[in-house]
Amino acid sequence: MNVLALVEPADELSLQALSFAQSLGDVRAVAFDGPYAPSAWAAALVGAAGDAGAIVAAGSDRGNELLAHVAARLDQPFAANVTALDGDVVTRVRWGGSLIEEARLHGAPKLLTVAPHTHAAAAGVPVETLPAPEDGSPRVLETISDSAGGISLRDAKVVVSGGRGVGSSEAFAVIEELAGLLGGAVGCSRVVTSAGWRPHADQVGQTGTKISADLYVACGISGATQHIAGAKGAKKILAINSDPEAPIFATADYGVIGDLHEIVPAISAELRRVRGT
Amino acid sequence: MKILCCVKRVPITGGRMVLTADAEALETKHLGFTISPHEECAVEEAVRIVERDGGEVVALTLGPAEAEEQLRDCMAIGADRGVHVKTDGSEWDAQATAAAIVEAIDGESFDLLLFGNESADAANYQVGIRVAYALGLPVVTGLKKIELLAGRARCERDVGGARDVYEVPLPAVLTVLEGLNLPRYPSVPGRLRAKSKPLAVLEPARPESKLEKLRLVVPEGQGKQAEILGSGADAAPKVVEVMQRLGVA
Repeated sequence: MNVLALVEPADELSLQALSFAQSLGDVRAVAFDGPYAPSAWAAALVGAAGDAGAIVAAGSDRGNELLAHVAARLDQPFAANVTALDGDVVTRVRWGGSLIEEARLHGAPKLLTVAPHTHAAAAGVPVETLPAPEDGSPRVLETISDSAGGISLRDAKVVVSGGRGVGSSEAFAVIEELAGLLGGAVGCSRVVTSAGWRPHADQVGQTGTKISADLYVACGISGATQHIAGAKGAKKILAINSDPEAPIFATADYGVIGDLHEIVPAISAELRRVRGT
Repeated sequence: MKILCCVKRVPITGGRMVLTADAEALETKHLGFTISPHEECAVEEAVRIVERDGGEVVALTLGPAEAEEQLRDCMAIGADRGVHVKTDGSEWDAQATAAAIVEAIDGESFDLLLFGNESADAANYQVGIRVAYALGLPVVTGLKKIELLAGRARCERDVGGARDVYEVPLPAVLTVLEGLNLPRYPSVPGRLRAKSKPLAVLEPARPESKLEKLRLVVPEGQGKQAEILGSGADAAPKVVEVMQRLGVA
């Protein structure tokens, strides 16, 4: 089968999608120059599809968007965040990875994006740059950099996060203190942003940020699937919760049972003690 | 400004995913339901725009009879009327959903059509885009900021430490993300008013799925158990030991 694969330069998820595409057949890898223009890029992809049996992109914001545009142009079904394709049957993730679906993908070409971090990245292959039509469709006019300083939640090595159990905006001081001592970022659960205790930019979860920390410290967070969807990229999870039955203990690697308002300051004090500061 | 908001009823899943015996759906007997999070923000944004500039907010959903509850929730925070594309409770794929929305719109013109970027449950990332193509409208997705200018919308989308800026002429389809705003809670008078707001009900036949769900599976890995380091403040030395071992202390 001929496969058309969209590759975004210097994008790890694209290289993962490329390795998935290579497992399906002979790959023609394409990319675009110039400002991002989803509708125009999709038009060019459709134009380049030829006899391709599948069009594949990364399950990233842009990959999912572009394939949805391609699908709308071709009036064909599109399966997002696929982990496997066997004949017509796709396996794909739903609920931010908390549930898996097997589905028959009718139609041709097969349109799919590849779920992040489910395939090893492919080695570099020759990538052909396609021209995108100047069709007046929406495109990026400018990109504003958010050089906020500080450590981004997405890339922090340590994230210390608080949930409903923290109790108030002010009580996040103990979370901030521990995060500061560890050179990490402060996170929170959806309950916290919905209550207005922290800005949405701090939310770890399916509808917030997906982290990749070496250690995630979840304080007073019960562990709803919506939260775990954002936290499971962490290598290790330490949960601090007063309820020994909290679902977070079924996801965490380490647990401490008790009141975070006592435990978190005690951890900060112990860190200072061993460092002699 | 006349705004259509498309919302989806989804379960509030809690800590574990449990499936029905036929593995077709989540077991929802013990679960509450809500508007999918991104769409809550779409409704809030629409209501704020109309509160400021005047106009009308129409909330539309495709879902079972019970999804009227989510339309009434939209009305409780300020939507003026609802359109319920009623199903028998089985899932419609994204293509069928988009086609049914276009049919329900039935040529009525809106200045803005707002969608969530993706639903919490199915996460197909495509209904809004398909509706835009069917209506011949421009579409921008994944937005956390919308600013209305004369006849245009200036929109921003987060792209890892930066924001991409788009401008589109109205009418347009925009899909949004949670974080666009902080949705209000419905007031008691709002809830009372919602009960008597107009609701149109359509019951189209369900087309065949082209992304045809065969079964759902709960991924392995749920159900491991954390190593308990202790309880209370006394556990602090052990926690710090673990942090040192992980190289983060």
